[in-house]
Amino acid sequence: MAQAIAFYTLAALILGFAIMVVTTRNTVHSVLFLVMNFLFVAALYVLLGAQFLAVIQILVYAGGIVVLYLFVVMLVNLKRPPEAHQDPHRMTRLGFGMAAAVLLELVVIAAYGATAPSARPPVAVTAAIPVSGNTEQVGWLLYTNYLIPFEIASMLLLVAMIGAIVLAKREL
Amino acid sequence: MIDTVIIPLIKILIVLNATLVAVTYMVLLERKVIAWAQSRLGPMRVGPYGVLQPIADAIKLMIKEDITPVRADKWVFTAAPIIAMVPALIVYAVIPFGPTVNIFGHPVPLYIADINVGLLYIVSVASVGVYGIILAGWSSNSKYPLLASLRASAQLISYEVAVTLTLVSVILMAGTLSMVGIVNAQYNQHVWYAFAQPVAFVIVLVGGLAETNRAPFDLPEAEQELTGGFHTEYSGMRFALFFLAEYANMIVVSSVVTTLFFGGWLPPFPNAAWARFLYFVPSWIWFFLKSFVFLYIFIWIRATLPRYRYDQLMRLGWKVLIPLAIANLVVTGIVKVLML
Amino acid sequence: MLLSAALFMIGVFGVMVRRNIIIIFMSIELILNAVNINLIAFSAQLQDAIGQVFAIFVIAVAAAEAAVGLGIILAFYRNKETVNIDEMNLMRW
Repeated sequence: MAQAIAFYTLAALILGFAIMVVTTRNTVHSVLFLVMNFLFVAALYVLLGAQFLAVIQILVYAGGIVVLYLFVVMLVNLKRPPEAHQDPHRMTRLGFGMAAAVLLELVVIAAYGATAPSARPPVAVTAAIPVSGNTEQVGWLLYTNYLIPFEIASMLLLVAMIGAIVLAKREL
Repeated sequence: MIDTVIIPLIKILIVLNATLVAVTYMVLLERKVIAWAQSRLGPMRVGPYGVLQPIADAIKLMIKEDITPVRADKWVFTAAPIIAMVPALIVYAVIPFGPTVNIFGHPVPLYIADINVGLLYIVSVASVGVYGIILAGWSSNSKYPLLASLRASAQLISYEVAVTLTLVSVILMAGTLSMVGIVNAQYNQHVWYAFAQPVAFVIVLVGGLAETNRAPFDLPEAEQELTGGFHTEYSGMRFALFFLAEYANMIVVSSVVTTLFFGGWLPPFPNAAWARFLYFVPSWIWFFLKSFVFLYIFIWIRATLPRYRYDQLMRLGWKVLIPLAIANLVVTGIVKVLML
Repeated sequence: MLLSAALFMIGVFGVMVRRNIIIIFMSIELILNAVNINLIAFSAQLQDAIGQVFAIFVIAVAAAEAAVGLGIILAFYRNKETVNIDEMNLMRW
């Protein structure tokens, strides 16, 4: 019961902040709402039992990526709302259209799943992991079954780092 | 009911109040210690030996006029000091002051919460603390604070990388992320991690100095360089919040260093049979003693060393500390694998 | 799951409607977060840690993409002094 209340409160807050992110005129406020959004998503992760991922979310997303966004916003120094009045309605209709398309797709999938013959009971894909504790489980999986994606992800981050430095340098 | 709600509430109240009082008296302590280092006496007029000085400071700051710059972003301007202060306070939720003791026959753990990702929680909260500085500089809507805040936050996030890498090697040795687990591991392995990982200890100490904008890395708030840094436009209670947030951060870093490297609440020589008499001193007193030693070291360093220039600071963080941290991690990993 | 779908829709809406390219990037982050929530919800329901591993990878990829994307924005801003996506038409004929 308490979990349901917590979930719905968090969900309402997350969605509320997300709507504020995409609708505020002021860019800095938008970034701040994004931070609040991420913090509440991290709280949701804790509710779902993924504590390691919650802390990683705060550390990487809220503490790293959004700081980067804030830097760029401040360096670009947007004081006035940059939404010029060049037929804003066309884009808005298209935006609603796409969102509605996604919603329709999801409804179709849900309906199909409900009317299809009873599916197999969900079964855990991964074999039993010999360690307990959330962080240990994630670490175990990362280092045994998914070692190669792990290494590739680290190479991706290295390439991205070098790319970002090269792109943002003033002279080469 | 009592265990899950009332006792943690009482603990939170005690910890918060103790922290705020400790922070205000840190100001006095720092002024006194720096004064003694410079062969003078420091605040002596208010109260006996200047003991009531923080109260006078607090009253002065509270009755000052609260100025908000005209074209500043009101919400962000007000929120920035709060965002700077809150992370410094909520870290106390995971710092263990002692093991589970019996108070009136009821077992009470001397920490507010023992989450199994405790150390990572501390690091992530520290990374959120950067926001207070950035937002303060931005919302002041004037050149000096903006530049100073950008420099300060760049300094903070650079040293955050080095400290996080170093903490990973501590985690490797302890085998767990929870703070209580790390102290217990130091007990089980018969060694305080400061002696097992001296390089890590030095890196965390230097990184901690840089993270809290303390000398010799206090360029962001140096009056002579940037006309007051990122809190130029703040006055009265908001400035007080920034000031207190910095000292609170300092206490947090000392507590974390104590827990990770110096055995938290354990007395010296925790396993030696001949040192059993040291256990008579309550565990949390050991914790405070050790934290206090580190606080004193911080103030001592401020009184002694000159200030780093900004490019020297960044060079130190990126070119010296990060390779050192990575090398430390590699060596720790190799040693751990070879010994097991 | 509904929450994740709703968040995803808000993100898509943001990407299509707003003209400031930084806000477009942030909406992309919202979309990625929605996906993460979905992954973790399923991981919690099926008691399988694989969802969390995937979510970590998603966060890593999002970090890489944000870094490079912001680098591109900065380089573009230095050349054209605008962040309005309608004016970023260097590749148009």
